[in-house]
Amino acid sequence: MSVKLVNISKIFQDHENIQKKFIAVDHVNLEIKEGEMVTLLGPSGCGKTTTLRIISGFETPSSGEVWISGEMVNNIPPNKRDTSMVFQSYAIFPHLSVAQNIGFGLELKGWKTKDIKSEVKKIMKIMDFSELYDRRPDQLSGGQQQRVALARAIINKPSVLLFDEPLSNLDAKLRIQMRIEIRRIQKAFGITSIYVTHDQEEAMTVSDRIVVMNGGKIMQAAIPFKIYSYPANAFVADFIGRVNFISAKIKAKNEKGCVVNFGSGQKEIHPECGEFNAGDKVILIVRPESIKMTCCKEDKISPMKGKVDKVVYLGPTIEYEIEVDGIDRKINAVIYNPIEEGFFHEGDLVNIDFNSAAAHILPAND
Amino acid sequence: MLKIYKNWVRKSSQEIVHITKDPILLLFILAIFASLIIFIVYPLFKVIIVSVFSKGQFSLGILKEVISNWYFRQGFYNSILMGVLTSILGAGIGFLFAFTLARTDIPLKKIFHLVAIIPIISPPFIGAMAIIMLFGNNGLITSSLLGIRNFKIYGFRGLLFAQVITFFPVAYITLRGVLESISPTLEDAAFDLGGSRWKVFRKVTLPLAIPGIASAILVLFVETLADFGNPLILAGSKFPILSVQAYLQITGMYDLPKGAALALILLVPSISVYFLQKYWVARKKYVTVTGKPTASSHKVISPAVKWILFGLCVFITAIILMIYITILWGAFAKVWGYDNSWTMIHFKYVFSVGFKAVTDTLIIAVTSTPIAGILGMIIAFLVVRKKFPGKNIMEFTSMLSFAVPGTVIGIGYILGFNSPPLVLTGTFIILILNFIFRYIPVGIQSGVAILRQVDPSIEEAAIDLGADSQYTFKRITLPLMIPAFFSGLIYSFVRAMTAISAAIFLVSAKWNLMTVQIMSQVESGRLGAASAFSVILVGIILLAIIIIRLILTLFYGSFKGTMLKI
Repeated sequence: MSVKLVNISKIFQDHENIQKKFIAVDHVNLEIKEGEMVTLLGPSGCGKTTTLRIISGFETPSSGEVWISGEMVNNIPPNKRDTSMVFQSYAIFPHLSVAQNIGFGLELKGWKTKDIKSEVKKIMKIMDFSELYDRRPDQLSGGQQQRVALARAIINKPSVLLFDEPLSNLDAKLRIQMRIEIRRIQKAFGITSIYVTHDQEEAMTVSDRIVVMNGGKIMQAAIPFKIYSYPANAFVADFIGRVNFISAKIKAKNEKGCVVNFGSGQKEIHPECGEFNAGDKVILIVRPESIKMTCCKEDKISPMKGKVDKVVYLGPTIEYEIEVDGIDRKINAVIYNPIEEGFFHEGDLVNIDFNSAAAHILPAND
Repeated sequence: MLKIYKNWVRKSSQEIVHITKDPILLLFILAIFASLIIFIVYPLFKVIIVSVFSKGQFSLGILKEVISNWYFRQGFYNSILMGVLTSILGAGIGFLFAFTLARTDIPLKKIFHLVAIIPIISPPFIGAMAIIMLFGNNGLITSSLLGIRNFKIYGFRGLLFAQVITFFPVAYITLRGVLESISPTLEDAAFDLGGSRWKVFRKVTLPLAIPGIASAILVLFVETLADFGNPLILAGSKFPILSVQAYLQITGMYDLPKGAALALILLVPSISVYFLQKYWVARKKYVTVTGKPTASSHKVISPAVKWILFGLCVFITAIILMIYITILWGAFAKVWGYDNSWTMIHFKYVFSVGFKAVTDTLIIAVTSTPIAGILGMIIAFLVVRKKFPGKNIMEFTSMLSFAVPGTVIGIGYILGFNSPPLVLTGTFIILILNFIFRYIPVGIQSGVAILRQVDPSIEEAAIDLGADSQYTFKRITLPLMIPAFFSGLIYSFVRAMTAISAAIFLVSAKWNLMTVQIMSQVESGRLGAASAFSVILVGIILLAIIIIRLILTLFYGSFKGTMLKI
């Protein structure tokens, strides 16, 4: 593997008050494979940036080990580590030209000016912004600065490339464009990368694997599909996308899955039923887009019945909030293609159902 | 208590371990600490020691003697009175100027600004000189125009006038910055909500500017208290001023302990007010700048008020111009007040007999200012970017010479360096050292300001790419600090050229300064020579400013504007 974190913790101590301390990173274990792009995702203050800075060497872990390419690097300063960082603020050297910025790492390695020039030109060609070669940083747009920062990091051919919220200073449209670009370049160079962001959509698009963090701990590390469809806990479910939490109880277990009681009815959930037994209190995780609504007369199949409370028309989709008998939280539903699925109005009585495979079961927290 | 102490020990020991990993950095820090202690703390310490020890014994005798002396007590009251009045009047005029220039669309704004800047870049006693030439016994206005003989310009009236003119530009600069940082949209909003113009000013503009005004008043108070040149020329014996008394004790009576005791008495109010300003008032500033700066509609000032303000600005500008024209005229007049016909005799004098003072001043200023600038940048860098025990003490000590009146420093240097281990009095070195350590705060302030603007990740990026801390400083941080370095350089060069209060104790036959020369010419009544010296002095300063500006725009033009905000 290329990067390994073993039991990493980082505690920030308030020097004025010994009682006050802040655990930024809490016993994190993580392995990142050669060439893999892993995203650290979480709300602000979850420890993702601190973890990244520990890998780069700008923060020293309070305990634990950092391994890069099979070497323990705890005592190696950031300038000697084989990592390159793309900073949130880009950190372009304002007094150097674009070419000088990109060639900075090679200059430090003692390359000849001629070789630096040709290498910089080469990388700018691959990244498709050769025309900026002689520009000064104050003549660059945000997106261009971003490219310079990326090229400056990549040209050193580091064993690990680190991204610290690289797109947070760009406008929404450019962000979408750049995240595709970053993924393309990362794949083209095959560099092991660690990417920090709080934007889940960004995490979904760029990563091979997402590590969701909260309170300094890893909540779940998995491929994007698993993170979304099978969140390991309520935090991940809630943080990624929108979700309905439905309190339920396992009624029976069989070879296909299990039967679960909730609302005013019951439903068979399969294929996954986890380690639960009959009588366990659980929470069903159902995404709003998995909810199916039908009108209007009662049917026997639908496990939930309710009344439409709020309708928000968004054009391609309609969002509903539905009050459901026997469930204290309103159910959110997103209906795509409303022309085919039908429209509902506030006050309409509806039957609510979902695909057996669309529900994910988590233990109830109480 | 113990817990806090333990924490401090633990934190410091962590930091010590951290810096020992970087021996060059450690060496730098130790060298800076050593020089700050020797050249800032030790002289002050000497002032205190000499005033509270007599014959090797601790005793408050000298202090008691000084305090019980009626004449010295009067000097103290007068100094404080002058400080209070000058600071209030100066801040008032400064505010008037700043408000008019920042908030109205009157003509001649550029000229008003330039004229207000002149007193800042000229020796601080030019006002006093011109006042004597205009209102003194042979004054152009009192004697020649109005025919008044023996008009009493010496003492309270004249001094207050000279000091207000000398120091109001400092308040103007500060308050202009303050007013410009208050978005005019706030005033427009209040006006739009139906407030009268006067109400908008009283309820919005003034309250927002109050911390700035308070800060300007305190700064002026410290400067007036420390002022030496104006009172030496204008105060006269009936209106004693503390800084002059301390000087006369030492140079006239050769009474070092009493001089030191007076210096100590001068030091206490200056230093307390300075730190009151720096650590309390300066922190209360409102920050109202959000988003894009918007142009003011200038609608909140009625045309009548606008033209009244304009008239006042014209009046003040005219007074300043009158002072400088007087000096210029005096430099070319045969015998001021008696025979005002054209002559070059004073300039001939300066370029022959007095020329050594010109070259000495230039050599000392040109040697000391870059050293002060570089040292200031290094300290600023250490204070903003590095962690080491005693960092706050380093910043505090190096800023100390801003708060300490020059007279006190001068006396401290005499006391500290006229006996072994370091005998420096009368040398070139003592003047250089004095100037360096007096003007490092300028470099530190501009360095700190610019470093706070430079995103630390710019330096981290260099380290991340493989640079060590020396290389990063040389290739990244230092070039980014260059504009601040040069603007600090201009300021400390001006200060070095115009310094008098500390330097007057340290000059010798071998090394003399133009300011001291001007003073002695005034004292001996040769106003023409004094004026010629002053004209040359201001000329050199203007030339230096133009050259430094030119260098900046030629080589570092790209630094301006948005460069540092990335």
